[in-house]
Amino acid sequence: MKFVDEFRDRGIAQRIVKKIKEFDSFKVNLMEVCGTHTMVIFKQGLKGMLPENVNLLSGPGCPVCVTSQEDIDKVIALAKNRDVIITTFGDMVRVPGTDSSLEKEKGNGADIRVVYSPNESLRIVRENPAKKVVFLAIGFETTSPLIAASLLDARKEKIENFYIFSSHKLIPPAMEALLESKEVKIDGFICPGHVSVTIGSDAYRFIAHKYSIPCVITGFEPLDVLHSIYMLLKQIKEKRAEVEIQYFRAVRPEGNRIAQELISEVFEVSDVRWRGLGIIPKSGLRLKGEFSDLDAEKEFRPKTRKSKENPDCVCGEVLRGVKRPTQCKLYRRICTPEEPYGPCMVSSEGTCAAYYKYG
Amino acid sequence: MCLAIPARILKIEGNLAQVDMAGVKREADVRMVSNVRVGEYVLIHAGFAIEKIEEKDAEETLRLLREIA
Repeated sequence: MKFVDEFRDRGIAQRIVKKIKEFDSFKVNLMEVCGTHTMVIFKQGLKGMLPENVNLLSGPGCPVCVTSQEDIDKVIALAKNRDVIITTFGDMVRVPGTDSSLEKEKGNGADIRVVYSPNESLRIVRENPAKKVVFLAIGFETTSPLIAASLLDARKEKIENFYIFSSHKLIPPAMEALLESKEVKIDGFICPGHVSVTIGSDAYRFIAHKYSIPCVITGFEPLDVLHSIYMLLKQIKEKRAEVEIQYFRAVRPEGNRIAQELISEVFEVSDVRWRGLGIIPKSGLRLKGEFSDLDAEKEFRPKTRKSKENPDCVCGEVLRGVKRPTQCKLYRRICTPEEPYGPCMVSSEGTCAAYYKYG
Repeated sequence: MCLAIPARILKIEGNLAQVDMAGVKREADVRMVSNVRVGEYVLIHAGFAIEKIEEKDAEETLRLLREIA
């Protein structure tokens, strides 16, 4: 497959690894912020190829995983409303809330449909005019423009039975929150390629400048990731802290302006709660005033009891890069992809799931 | 979640295009990629083309990789 196979050449990979090993053996922690990178790193066995001094940490880059327990409980409460059809990306269905999950509610008769695209959700809306359809809008800057586009289409068609539960999150504020907490030493960021397609490289400049942390925007094939690790080590060695684009076949410094305009037409920045990271200022998106009638939370006011996370689940610490899944007493013994206790084991790109499958 | 797959544009009609994604024909919304033409490659995320892939930049990346290696 074009733009895929040529970036999986094992010979070049091995030679890049050799170059990575030639750097002085200073110990570095590089964080891959994006869950899709976590999957590539584990699936392609990249961790095992790297020298011991290069430590890769997974960050808070899996949208399902960072969704707060309160939000999970709210969408479960929404699903109990028999006038409502819930449409969602697949990973959300099995995330355990305080007392239930969408999967369990489905068993109890809730109408929950997994969709691949927000446009598919819009099709369900058109086919079910007597029902109210709520799309669970989770995701980072890669996904929020698509959801904005589908809302604008719905408005244009004068559709009145389409709502979203907006749990969108923004990546750079989360990276800053991790640095501010000083809980883990981060020497470089492997920045998310597809979030950066939307926001561009300029969005990370403050991280490089204010915190002196090198950032490399990275593609999703094995050679991309190794290339980016090489670029980060080179920056560290040369005592530079810049934002570089390894994935320049798709990412522009200014990002995708059309996508940015779609977001700002429909959403505004807000303070939101992340699992494991608490409330981060200006790290989420909520519907703007003129679109607030599409807000499922305002329309249905889902009632929940006090949300509680499983006290033994360390998903929060895993998302901050503070703990590894293997340091969780539930991991593998009780918590498995078949019977997950926390979202990091549910989502295919959750760190616990990646460890379980390929670790 | 932020997975996006390269696909070749086969046909464009308004905001919608038919694309070839690893040999499978699918429909994709192309409103976010301006000036994209039939035969060119885009990244598809959740049914939308989120950006054009620049072929010459992909070649340049491979050249850089070979240069390092």
